[in-house]
Amino acid sequence: MEQAAPDPERLLQPAPLEPLSHPDAGLESMVGEETKGARDEGPGDGTMTENNFSLKKIEISVSEAEKRTGRNAMNMQETYTAYLIETRSVEHSDGQSVLTDSLWRRYSEFELLRNYLLVYYPHIVVPPLPEKRAEFVWHKLSADNMDPDFVERRRIGLENFLLRVASHPILCRDKIFYLFLTQEGNWKETVNETGFQLKRVADRLYGVYKVHGNYGRVFSEWSAIEKEMGDGLQSAGHHMDVYAASIDDILEDEEHYADQLKEYLFYAEALRAVCRKHELTQYDLETAAQDLAAKKQQCEELATGTVRTFSLKGMTTKLFGQETPEQREARIKMLEEQIKEGEQQLKSKNLEGREFVKNAWADIERFKEQKNHDLKEALISYAVMQISMCKKGIQVWTNAKECFSKM
Amino acid sequence: MCGFADSSWKEISGPFTWTFGSCYLYTKRMGFLPALHRLLPCCSNTTDLILPNGGTPAGTASPASSSSLLNRLQLDDDMDGETRDLFVTVDDPKKHVCTMETYITYRITTKSTRVEFDLPEYSVRRRYQDFDWLRNKLEESQPTHLIPPLPEKFVVKGVVDRFSEEFVETRRKALDKFLKRITDHPVLSFNEHFNVFLTAKDLNAHKKQGMALLTRVGESVKHVAGGYKLRNRPLEFAAIGEYLDTFALKLGTIDRIAQRIIKEEIEYLVELREYGPVYSTWSALEAELAEPLEGVSACIGNCSTALEELTDDMTEDFLPVLREYILYSDSMKSVLKKRDQVQAEYEAKLEAVALRKEERPKVPADVEKCQDRMECFNADLKADMERWQNNKRQDFRQLLMGMADKNIQYYEKCLLAWESIIPLLQEKQEAK
Repeated sequence: MEQAAPDPERLLQPAPLEPLSHPDAGLESMVGEETKGARDEGPGDGTMTENNFSLKKIEISVSEAEKRTGRNAMNMQETYTAYLIETRSVEHSDGQSVLTDSLWRRYSEFELLRNYLLVYYPHIVVPPLPEKRAEFVWHKLSADNMDPDFVERRRIGLENFLLRVASHPILCRDKIFYLFLTQEGNWKETVNETGFQLKRVADRLYGVYKVHGNYGRVFSEWSAIEKEMGDGLQSAGHHMDVYAASIDDILEDEEHYADQLKEYLFYAEALRAVCRKHELTQYDLETAAQDLAAKKQQCEELATGTVRTFSLKGMTTKLFGQETPEQREARIKMLEEQIKEGEQQLKSKNLEGREFVKNAWADIERFKEQKNHDLKEALISYAVMQISMCKKGIQVWTNAKECFSKM
Repeated sequence: MCGFADSSWKEISGPFTWTFGSCYLYTKRMGFLPALHRLLPCCSNTTDLILPNGGTPAGTASPASSSSLLNRLQLDDDMDGETRDLFVTVDDPKKHVCTMETYITYRITTKSTRVEFDLPEYSVRRRYQDFDWLRNKLEESQPTHLIPPLPEKFVVKGVVDRFSEEFVETRRKALDKFLKRITDHPVLSFNEHFNVFLTAKDLNAHKKQGMALLTRVGESVKHVAGGYKLRNRPLEFAAIGEYLDTFALKLGTIDRIAQRIIKEEIEYLVELREYGPVYSTWSALEAELAEPLEGVSACIGNCSTALEELTDDMTEDFLPVLREYILYSDSMKSVLKKRDQVQAEYEAKLEAVALRKEERPKVPADVEKCQDRMECFNADLKADMERWQNNKRQDFRQLLMGMADKNIQYYEKCLLAWESIIPLLQEKQEAK
């Protein structure tokens, strides 16, 4: 996928909200692919996901925060804060707004969304999230994520994040963003839930099969007091025993399928790891750029003699006397060298970053293909398993029916 | 021709009602062919039944002409399809709302070529109360016979909706079975109460009138003082008593198992109904996999529907018939008890006579009557028991085959659903 080489300078600027001047054709088609492939979900007509936020006015707010307790992936109790996201559509005619969706999300889900956006739109500067940890809380001694002030600041930060994404002409069309606002339960939880529900279903099915085993015994006892009916009952009872026993093999296969689903979830972890790496490289790049900018500024000041920024050197110079022109020249030369070095470093870091994104992207694409293929295989073998179970069921009951007919 | 239709037949057979037992008794007295074990014709020709002493037979005459009745005897005891001349159906339930109460009536359609029926076809409406009345009358008037059971009278209000479609349909089927069993019975089907039930425009008027002509054998069974033990219960009755005990137990167990299975299936259904939609939710978050996942969701939905149909069928068709047979064997046992009482009375009387010292040790008339009564009862009951055993075998054969069938159909529906999504899952994604 061809990417237009971004100006390094552009990378330095704080999140620009204006669209890219020539959006990459490849980028757009990828976006289109994402939304086209999936079915259009949600209320209203099918075109809504495509045009949702650009044609209709949407109001998004993170209106409430609530403390919750739950179980995490390690099945340990944890406390966290959930935030209520409300989406309103504004009617053009009267300006009235109607609440269309509302659901609760926690910080980690916002993170997941942002990571997803970072990866799928590597060319776009994705709006930032508020800080993860309460590092600095006014007039409090310890960092506490439950602190009401922190929660309030975070709430505002999360709201800003959503509003910025919604006002971005490309990001706002993203299907996952739309689902984030409207659909309870994200992808990972959904796949997880499939596994849980499968277990519950399997337990119940076990019960149904096993109770049939009782028929075997009672038919046998009954056949003892019957003359003509005896044989038929006895042999039918045997088939009921076979039926009851068959569930054990069936459930073994179902467990295998559940395992395949779990494996599939590792894809999410892989995605997360890539996003983290990308963030680190971005951070690195930004720091280097800032550094460079500071040095350039310093250099300019020294050359022109004006002091615009506070520097320790400047202060000491003021207090303890000017430096000599030779000293100044030396410093300027040093700075110029550092700037040159810095510019080179920035260039290479930039290249590195882009290289990383390109490879990571390719990797993720490949992984996505693999995951889709693997999951399809899993679904097919699940279906095959169900078919086999049905055929066995038909066989057993047909045999039993024949025994009954001989009664 | 014998004067069976003549009302003076009443005198000879004493306080009996006309049954094949009476026929047996009569033929024994007259020295014709011995015991009527099965309902075989006691004579090949109605003309044989002319009374030798020229007297006229006494006894209660049934509305059925005895000659036509004996004609029937010449055929197979079980009236099969080809010789059937009486058809009764219960259908068309309707709700009636009155000021005092609300109830359901059913249409009873009768088609018959029998002479006992003035018209070839009848259509009347009856409610459960009327069926109950009929059964009581049959028990009274035919105490030596096994009367088929009715579906349960009382339902726990609040638990069961007695006006729901399922309940009414289940009841209708049971009432239809009840009448068909009577129709199939060579003696009961000729009972006058049965006739009235099928034909009378206003049954209530008949109920009030009462059938004073018939006396109850039950009345004449005196209470046997002081726990008199039966000398020797005939083997066949002892055997069937034991059989019925075990049979009822096994049926009870089967009923509990069937209920448990339905309960487990319903719980399985609840989970399935939550499981399917999860695939839908997941599908919404996918691109390439969206269609396959949606397909799986729909497939599970279809299986859920099939399972629901299975549990409904079992509840409506299987369980009620099972319970009916438990009631049937209960009523069989009470008839056996009555038979025991009759035998006990006879033996008590016999013993009383033996203790009396008399010059001429002639068996008094009333003891003989007792003996006749007992032997009649034995014959009727034995015949009914055999009929019951045959019917039971057919009924259970049908019931259990039906159960197997429903399960087969369930699996076939599921098989179809899963087989149809395989191509969807294997479909290659079109190049974008």
